[in-house]
Amino acid sequence: MAIKFDSFENKSTTNNDKNSITKHILKEKGQREVFCGLTGIVWLHRKIQDAFFLVVGSRTCAHLIQSAAGVMIFAEPRFATAIIDDKDLAGLADANEELDKVVSQLLDRRPDIKLLFLVGSCPSEVIKLDLSNAADRLCKKYLPEVKVLNYSGSGIETTFTQGEDACLRSLVPEMPKVDNQLYKKLLIVGTLADVIEDQFSRLFKKIGIENFAFFPPRVSSNLPEIGSNTVFLLAQPFLAETALELEKAGAKHIPAMFPFGVEGSYDWFLSAATEFGVSESKVKAQLEPYTNRAKHAVDKSLSLLKGKSIFFFPDSQLEIPLARFLQNELGMELLEVGTPYIHKKHIDKELSKISNSTQISEGQDVEKQLDRCTNSKPDLIVCGLGLANPLEAQGFTTKWAIELVFSPIHGFDQAGDLAELFARPLNRRDKLQELNPGSQFVGDMQ
Amino acid sequence: MKLTVWTYEGPPHVGAMRIATAMKDVHYVLHAPQGDTYADLLFTMIERLKDRPPVTYTTFQARDLGGDTAELFKSAAKSAFERFKPNALLVGSSCTAELIQDDPGGLAEAIGLPVPVIPLELPAYQKKENWGASETFYQLVRTFASQVEEKPEKVTKPICNILGPTALGFRHRDDIEEITKLLNFLGIEVNVIAPLGASVLDLKKLNAAKFNVVLYPEIANSSALWLQKKFGQPFNKSLPYGAIGTNEFVTEVLKLAEISNSDVTAEKVSKLFNRSAWYSSSVDSNYLTNKRVFIFGDGTHVLAAKKVAIKEFGFSVVGIGTYSRELAREVRASAEESGLKALITDDYLDVEKAIEETQPELILGTQMERHIAKRLGIGCAVISAPMHVQDFPSRYSPQMGYEGANVLFDSWIHPLMMGLEEHLLNMFREDFEFKGDATPSHLSHESSSGKVEKDNAENTVLKTDGNEIVWEKEAEEELKKIPFFVRGKAKRNTESFANSQGFTRISLETLYDAKAYHAR
Repeated sequence: MAIKFDSFENKSTTNNDKNSITKHILKEKGQREVFCGLTGIVWLHRKIQDAFFLVVGSRTCAHLIQSAAGVMIFAEPRFATAIIDDKDLAGLADANEELDKVVSQLLDRRPDIKLLFLVGSCPSEVIKLDLSNAADRLCKKYLPEVKVLNYSGSGIETTFTQGEDACLRSLVPEMPKVDNQLYKKLLIVGTLADVIEDQFSRLFKKIGIENFAFFPPRVSSNLPEIGSNTVFLLAQPFLAETALELEKAGAKHIPAMFPFGVEGSYDWFLSAATEFGVSESKVKAQLEPYTNRAKHAVDKSLSLLKGKSIFFFPDSQLEIPLARFLQNELGMELLEVGTPYIHKKHIDKELSKISNSTQISEGQDVEKQLDRCTNSKPDLIVCGLGLANPLEAQGFTTKWAIELVFSPIHGFDQAGDLAELFARPLNRRDKLQELNPGSQFVGDMQ
Repeated sequence: MKLTVWTYEGPPHVGAMRIATAMKDVHYVLHAPQGDTYADLLFTMIERLKDRPPVTYTTFQARDLGGDTAELFKSAAKSAFERFKPNALLVGSSCTAELIQDDPGGLAEAIGLPVPVIPLELPAYQKKENWGASETFYQLVRTFASQVEEKPEKVTKPICNILGPTALGFRHRDDIEEITKLLNFLGIEVNVIAPLGASVLDLKKLNAAKFNVVLYPEIANSSALWLQKKFGQPFNKSLPYGAIGTNEFVTEVLKLAEISNSDVTAEKVSKLFNRSAWYSSSVDSNYLTNKRVFIFGDGTHVLAAKKVAIKEFGFSVVGIGTYSRELAREVRASAEESGLKALITDDYLDVEKAIEETQPELILGTQMERHIAKRLGIGCAVISAPMHVQDFPSRYSPQMGYEGANVLFDSWIHPLMMGLEEHLLNMFREDFEFKGDATPSHLSHESSSGKVEKDNAENTVLKTDGNEIVWEKEAEEELKKIPFFVRGKAKRNTESFANSQGFTRISLETLYDAKAYHAR
């Protein structure tokens, strides 16, 4: 008997200045093997150093975060969970009073915290606990020492990196507003590795953009200002809500490819430069040493990746830009590029660069997708950790997707590293040939 | 609502997953929101299993909540059955699904599948992982063991079942290998090991054993009690943990197996397989005497570890506790025996406080105690779940049986300062390389940043019961000459001594008065 299942093909038209193409996007609904947005805490707590993330949820939420991050041994972790118990559910205890108690206990323990995020979860949303109200109330109590904000990282609302989107969105209203911004200001939006922020700062100055800031900042007191003369570049493709909120605050989005690989990074800088009235010839001249160096680094992985086929399972929304990079700069064949969510406006330029023969899919029915994947016998599979080892044990080579969110991969000087991340599993398989990975011999002991 | 920095157990549905994943032909359909599939990683990454756990999630999203989530569950259950063709289907809810009250049991029954469907009632806001595992295993055993038609004849052969090992269990993989070897050596045959590696058919064969060996009471006690009632199978009370514990276990199982006229005795077997007893008796271990240890973990491992720490290693146990409320009574009784008050809590912050107060030289705990140990700069070994990937080692590393005792000796002693180094540090405090506050040099890669912070904090004025106690400079300098790992305790002892004497200042003499007063 066939399972009820809403799979249908959806035609979307993407336009760009060169050509107009039509792509079939497979939209699937079924079991989704993805993280919820709470996982964003694992990297966000490292980026914003004076912030604390308090999840309001169940033991499951607490268990998720510690399973992801608990392999590191923390002297003082900057995240925790307020676990809802049956007293809260039965209405025996006023959930808001309980939350206030937990927050006061937490702030007593950690007086160094300047920004506290109350992070919503599935349970807190299903019982409709109003955390934004709670955040306002707690702000009144703790300002100016501690700012309290709220966002949702629940699985029912957010998938993996969308947790960062929700977090940054909650920060936008806190940015200082300036009415008459004299000079055009560039915001670079999305969490980047510190080293990449530093590289990008140097490059923006080189191409003549001096007035820029990164969002999120490294400390919460350092939020960049925003006004009608603010323009922003997205460094990550998963920031739909944050972009919308920035636009509401008067900032203007600069459409660009994402800064992955040589092509994406160049387009990203060029798009910003054009907005600031810098000529393409200047950009080209200034960036040439970087593009050359990056091409050279990327080419080192060419021998391993060229002509190889690749299949992406949905995970972080980075899939489409990364597939574009692998196709155009490393000559890989894209079998299917799955992504949890497509925000057309931001991904248009990327989509237009991907060949029409590639199956793009949005959403997931994991069993069907696994069948498609294994039937197409890809040389490399990009997937989550729940699937990676089981696929390896069947003889496939995988690249676990989460690493792409935890590694410095943006910009020219990381393009070679990015290529290497995909080449590494293939390289390893070659090196371990005598172990015969994927054979019965490796298959027995557990 | 409860502030939880780390949680000792996952939610109860993770316990159910541990049973389903341990077994061969059982599938679990879990009504759960998108994202709860993170639990797959526990098995594929932490335990490094090669197969996906046999779990189908409905992964509903916000937009489904307006619609028919019950229908979603039914279609997921139906397709899971068709794809995986299990011999039994477990169905249940995760914490969020429990709130929307779709009744997976009733829904699954309505589909009319040709295999037994076992509905799991796991209250996620009251119970936890081990309870979920125990309940799930009990339901499975009840369902299948009671399907036996004819009344079993009395078993005369020395044959037993091993009950309790699961997926994601602390060293379960090697414990069962070690105990099976031991039982076979004693002339006892193993009928079924469950749930790890068992199928539904195996559960139907449970009654063919003469008795049961329960290795993990947290998981298998309720099942063993039921089997005792149903088939009259007795089960062991002692656990094969440590050399002495294993001796007791050997004596007990020989009795359960009714092997009387045998030439094997615990003592003889022990001599063949155990080294830890000699290692601990050798002069090199002399300096281990009365090392102050704090023990925390699940009830079973804590009780067993306490015995080993005191009777086999000669440590002195200064604190003991468990997060397993089911074993609270036993742990309390055991603590009282040693003049201690057991810490029964699942609150990480309570454990941290108790460790800070007792200032042990070694912590035997879980992955979570490693965080505390890092902060306080104390040596630590993991003896119980929760654990992380490094505690699913490639090498053979049981905790139980005689080889398990050998493993315990090596892994508990490792974090301590070696004897010679400890002596030299006592004598010479100023060495530029082997500093008083340094980590043991055989652990050279580990930093001691936690310790530096703590030292800075030592120049403070202590407030006790309204009295301010000030350390005189000379006394404070002297305090620093005490080796790091006992300095915290010395400081506390001196302060409590000063306080009890009504002193407000601690001089050099007070320090030594206190030392004499608290002499071991």
